[in-house]
Amino acid sequence: MAIVVDSLTKQYGVQKAVNDISFEINTGEVVGFLGPNGAGKSTTMKMITCFMAPTTGDVHVEGASILTEAESVKKKIGYLPEHNPVYLDMPIVDYLRFSAEVQGVSKSEIPSRIADMIDRCGLDAEKHKNIGELSKGYRQRVGLAQAMIHDPEVLILDEPTTGLDPNQIVEIRKLIKDLGKEKTVILSSHILSEVEATCDRILIINKGRIVADGSSDTLRQQAQGQELLTIQIEGQGNIEKKLLELKSVEKVAAIAEKDNGFSVQSKPDLSSKKEIFDMCVSNSWYLLEMTGVETRLEDVFRNLTK
Amino acid sequence: MSKVWIITKRELSGFFDSLIAYVMIILFLGLSGSFTWLFGTNVFVIGQASLDVFYGVAFWSLFFFIPAITMRMIAEENKTGTIELLITKAVSDSQIVLGKFLACLILVVIALLCTLPYYITVSQLGNVDDGSVIGGYFSLILLSGCYISIGLFASSLTQNQIVAFLMALSIGIFFQMLFDVIGSGLTGTMGEFFNFLSVRTHVESMSRGVVDSRDVIYFLSIILVGLLGTQIMLSKRNWK
Repeated sequence: MAIVVDSLTKQYGVQKAVNDISFEINTGEVVGFLGPNGAGKSTTMKMITCFMAPTTGDVHVEGASILTEAESVKKKIGYLPEHNPVYLDMPIVDYLRFSAEVQGVSKSEIPSRIADMIDRCGLDAEKHKNIGELSKGYRQRVGLAQAMIHDPEVLILDEPTTGLDPNQIVEIRKLIKDLGKEKTVILSSHILSEVEATCDRILIINKGRIVADGSSDTLRQQAQGQELLTIQIEGQGNIEKKLLELKSVEKVAAIAEKDNGFSVQSKPDLSSKKEIFDMCVSNSWYLLEMTGVETRLEDVFRNLTK
Repeated sequence: MSKVWIITKRELSGFFDSLIAYVMIILFLGLSGSFTWLFGTNVFVIGQASLDVFYGVAFWSLFFFIPAITMRMIAEENKTGTIELLITKAVSDSQIVLGKFLACLILVVIALLCTLPYYITVSQLGNVDDGSVIGGYFSLILLSGCYISIGLFASSLTQNQIVAFLMALSIGIFFQMLFDVIGSGLTGTMGEFFNFLSVRTHVESMSRGVVDSRDVIYFLSIILVGLLGTQIMLSKRNWK
């Protein structure tokens, strides 16, 4: 177990930003925190990284508690805070060296670690500049580089791709995916496609609580429950009535834009695809379209966090 | 300890990268130099081979310059959010505070070292009391330590550098002047008490070349209280 979060609560005045959250993350998992703004994603991350103490509860990172062994927890974690704060007046290389020294990387290893990070994060062309002169995408790379400089077991990235252009987003995602092969990664986002593209597992957080936990496929399935089809049939007779007579069909609704188009909801655990096809054959109708409607992660998210 | 030094090194290179160090040293030398040698009751007017005039100028110029150095130390990190980055690295709050304190102190000591030619010049003019010179510099360093720790504390209270500067000055003015004024208006134990709180009393006795443990303890305790206050403000995020 890389990270064990045990009934974590953070209270600001009367408001509970994080309310009794518990979960476990295995070594090597890439986990996405998903939630609307103000759901408690960042607060949870700040507690795991020892930036603020929880009101109650505890977190163990590779066996070390954030309450009693903060220093060793911090050493195991590479953290990229939200908005990626950096020392703007420092040159990149100096900044990386400072991060490495503070994190206790041995003197002899520092130059090779810096070279490795510059290479991996694609900073080679810019390495002699001050951080303040860099564009946002490059600053983000510097943020990632400083988080990884001491080769931590756990990487915690708070909204790592906000404000980047689409190409940069793809690059950073690829970097995170590569990292996920050897490290435990937690990243937060409110962009669903991003979490879907990079994470093995998704935790949806809303109002300080975990409302869903699982891979994107399981989440989708859970939300979907019943099969939903869009069909279009060409033929004579009352198609809607015949559809309703089928054993597996629960509801039928006509689609206004399509001639003889319907959306058909099947009964739980049943599929009506074959029956619809057979019905068309026996009535000599033409089946023009039959598409399964897949619940998008957006819908899951919206249902859970409304 | 090595972690403290890493922080100190970063802050120091920050001072020198961002002109703060040069501006501070040049202004300090310019002010103290012109009042020691050129204007007012300068060394030549007094006609004594002593650095008392310089101590008097430094006493006031450090009072104004130090808050200008310390004001950004924590307030800026609070504002830009880099404090989060720093705290989540493998350093403790006290190491951060100590590192920043040392960086400021080293900068001030560098500025004071640049005034050594004054001593050399004066010693060419006549017999200088070396004891009082050492005591005088020693008292200026301790005095700077006090104002640095007060300045760091003020800087940790806010995200705004100007507020931090003004707060540091308004805490400092009590030690610099007001306790002295209050003390001279009172008699008996209260008068003595306020006189003891005033920085001037201690600086003067030390720059006569008398290094009394009471003076040293006085300065060290102000430094300690300031640093503790700063650390408490940094740890405030952990309050439940």
